[in-house]
Amino acid sequence: MSGRLRAISLRILQAVPVVIGVVVISFVLTRALPGDPAVYFAGPAADEASIAQIRKELGLDRSWPEQFAIYVGALLSGDLGKSLSTGQPVLSDLATRLPASLELTLVSLLLACAIAIPLGVLAATRPGSWIDHLCRILVTAGVSLPTFFTGVVLIYVFYYLLGFAPSPLGRLDFIYIAPPATTGFYLIDAAIVGDWSTWAAALRQLVLPATTLALFTLAPIARMTRAAMLSALSADFIRTARAAGLRGRTVLFAYAFRNALLPVVTTLGMVFSFMLGANVLVEKVFAWPGVGSYAVEALVVSDYAAVQGFVLAMALLFVALNLLIDLIYSLIDPRIGFSAQ
Amino acid sequence: MTEAMHEPPRSRSTLDHALYVLRDNPVTLIAFAMFALLLFMALFGPLVAPYDPLASNTDVALKPPSAAHWFGTDNLGRDVFSRVLVAARLDLMISIAAVALSFIVGSVLGAAAGYWGGWIDTVLGRLLDTIMAFPLFVLAMGIVAALGNSVENIIYATAIINTPFYARLVRAEVNIRRNAGFAQAAKLAGNSDLRVLAFHIFPNALPPMMVQVSLNLGWSILNAAGLSFIGLGVRPPTAEWGVMVAEGANFIVSGEWWVALFPGLALMFAVFTFNLLGDGLRDIVDPRQRT
Repeated sequence: MSGRLRAISLRILQAVPVVIGVVVISFVLTRALPGDPAVYFAGPAADEASIAQIRKELGLDRSWPEQFAIYVGALLSGDLGKSLSTGQPVLSDLATRLPASLELTLVSLLLACAIAIPLGVLAATRPGSWIDHLCRILVTAGVSLPTFFTGVVLIYVFYYLLGFAPSPLGRLDFIYIAPPATTGFYLIDAAIVGDWSTWAAALRQLVLPATTLALFTLAPIARMTRAAMLSALSADFIRTARAAGLRGRTVLFAYAFRNALLPVVTTLGMVFSFMLGANVLVEKVFAWPGVGSYAVEALVVSDYAAVQGFVLAMALLFVALNLLIDLIYSLIDPRIGFSAQ
Repeated sequence: MTEAMHEPPRSRSTLDHALYVLRDNPVTLIAFAMFALLLFMALFGPLVAPYDPLASNTDVALKPPSAAHWFGTDNLGRDVFSRVLVAARLDLMISIAAVALSFIVGSVLGAAAGYWGGWIDTVLGRLLDTIMAFPLFVLAMGIVAALGNSVENIIYATAIINTPFYARLVRAEVNIRRNAGFAQAAKLAGNSDLRVLAFHIFPNALPPMMVQVSLNLGWSILNAAGLSFIGLGVRPPTAEWGVMVAEGANFIVSGEWWVALFPGLALMFAVFTFNLLGDGLRDIVDPRQRT
């Protein structure tokens, strides 16, 4: 087990310079504002005196290293600045809106995996069949689809034409009351208090945006699953297992699939990078009250502290997700830690 | 001398291979035809457009497709077909400029890091890792917000998030050939480091780079259209596919589908073309990576 522990702690250590780099870049972004940042942070109605005061508050009259030290100090105490449009600290704004985004992202990731992984496995076991062609079409179309356009088309078909879906405005229809916040995930919160009509309403709102995001996400996952399964199935140990007379099912799942899962887990990192970006577009289309639409609203009114806070928060979230993926990898990789047992 | 003797058969076999792949895979041929259509739209779109893309005419606002207006009209009575045609130039220009910038910057940085190694390599590697540590679309949003909301800054932001892919590719290709026989021979023949790097080693990286360029163009168009969809960069009333989908999205809930559908389809067509082209080029350049 010590080999696995050492690998895990080494991986956590490797995340430290990345986090430092992310903080440096986001500092440069906050100081690269066109013109005088103090003018922007002071707001449009500010006069000379208040701009000078803001400049002093932000420490803009000091040297760059000093400014960076102040910035890092503020970050460590959780201060991302104040949003001009809401008047609240950016951190609390982000915290109240993050569960909505996470619920959407996680549900669509689960949906995408539930479709893409079986599809990729089936396509790899039956090359040249109709399911292989279906997989190839989905993969090529999936990466060519602009997420915001897919969302608009789905709204037209399922809301306007067929009337299956509720109006695409937020997480819950206005006739329902949001469940008491425990986790911030409406599906979980409603289930906790046993309010199943709210649960169903929240699910109905979630289906279209989650499908939009999943359609975009399943392409890279299906592509990777198919390629990884193909290369695993052509490996020598599979031939040996078959020759030894193991059942087809055992060979497929216990031998090939377990090994094919490793590159798929690795691609999840890249998938998350795309998802966190596509999330912004999907939230805008469906008026989903998450961090993405918060950033878009802030952009429209030039609320820079909110935008930069969002960028930094997403980057840190992405670093954390990548770390988590690598840790999962080291847990499921049969080669790590076996020598020490 | 030896190079001159070896060159003709090699290029002929490459051409033969290209023709073989094209015959074998008609999809690539279709992709080239689609690309030609896109180029035609970008070059001659404003000339062949039947209406002025900016002229509003409220008498015919929000009319469905008809013989006079093939793709219908939008809320200001502008002809959607003309706007989709004219937008091709702007969308292609943004993505080509962004990809060209990242190609050049990525090549220079990657070649220097791969050839000389040392601190250049370490610093560049750290910088690229940091850029890749951001979700790329979100980083592009942050860059445009910081630099200012304009079309040039969309191009710079897209170029910055694309650069790591090129720099890493060139670095790897240059690094494995740094001490190859032909590079050492060129050095011994009296060529300077810079000359060996630029004319002997770097050209080997070009084939995989072309594949990357093609796949990247599609992604850059999506990225730029996404940014203008959320209100960054290109602004109304300029005709651009992302902006047009954003405008059309307001009318989709009342059933006017044509305002958003046609620019969206044009966008998909462009991205699909570059992806097909990239896959086809990869089959020609590197048959081992065929999927």
